[in-house]
Amino acid sequence: MKHSFGLLSQFAIGLIFGLGLIISGMTNPQKIIHFLDLAGNWDPSLIFVMLGGILVGLASFYLASKRTETWFGGLIQWPKSSQIDRHLIIGSLLFGVGWGIAGFCPGPAIVALGSGHEKAFVFTLMMLVGMLIYQWFGNDLKNRLH
Amino acid sequence: MQIDWTAFTPIPALLGGVILGLAAALYIHLHGRLLGVSGIVGGLTKPQAGDWAWRLSFVVGLLSSPLLGGLFFDLHSVLIIDAGWGALILAGLLVGFGASYGSGCTSGHGICGLARLSARSLVATIAFMGAGFFTVFLLRHVF
Repeated sequence: MKHSFGLLSQFAIGLIFGLGLIISGMTNPQKIIHFLDLAGNWDPSLIFVMLGGILVGLASFYLASKRTETWFGGLIQWPKSSQIDRHLIIGSLLFGVGWGIAGFCPGPAIVALGSGHEKAFVFTLMMLVGMLIYQWFGNDLKNRLH
Repeated sequence: MQIDWTAFTPIPALLGGVILGLAAALYIHLHGRLLGVSGIVGGLTKPQAGDWAWRLSFVVGLLSSPLLGGLFFDLHSVLIIDAGWGALILAGLLVGFGASYGSGCTSGHGICGLARLSARSLVATIAFMGAGFFTVFLLRHVF
């Protein structure tokens, strides 16, 4: 695939993904909080979002698993790790706490930032700082926790 | 538990989810990678030669989606962020650090990982959903 076409395709898929998030309603943190609030007035919509995504994903990843190359001859790279360790669990728990506090996860936060919300800007900025902190200290922490 | 039927939107949710799945399908067949937003964005915090332009292109696509979506939806008014500034700062740090440390977020583990029947992603999804349920319970019903 030509480099410029690759960049355009990345842009287009980001755009489609963002539209999917907007249509699904998941860019609204209040809707996420209402999903996570099992003891309150519960909004199960997120389950349907995951269901739709997973059903299409099941078929397309199955087809991709039968191939070694992309449609344009690039290499298909699956995630290498299949290990279930404490890092996976601790990281996911921390992520879940943050998700529950704000109702934002990375994709919707970036889309909300694009729609001009200053709160989404602050959240996304701090998310990048959190990722930077992981870059700096993540390996150290992993070694200590082993 | 009591379902809030006025807030429940199964059809747009399912349709939106199918679109997310289609984006992930295009991603693996065109770019040979699993679509995970935290992974794509995380790589931008340590830009390496030849490994940032594609990430940035994807992020610009995400950022531009409200422009297109705004033609059909009144997006600004349907975005309700109850969390205060301090809570947002803490939540942002936790989401960024946690998703990097746990190698994925709702897109990478919750949709793509589950769709490829990864046990690792199932464990991650149970962990972050469980933590989310617990956090919201504490914030809305205990404190």
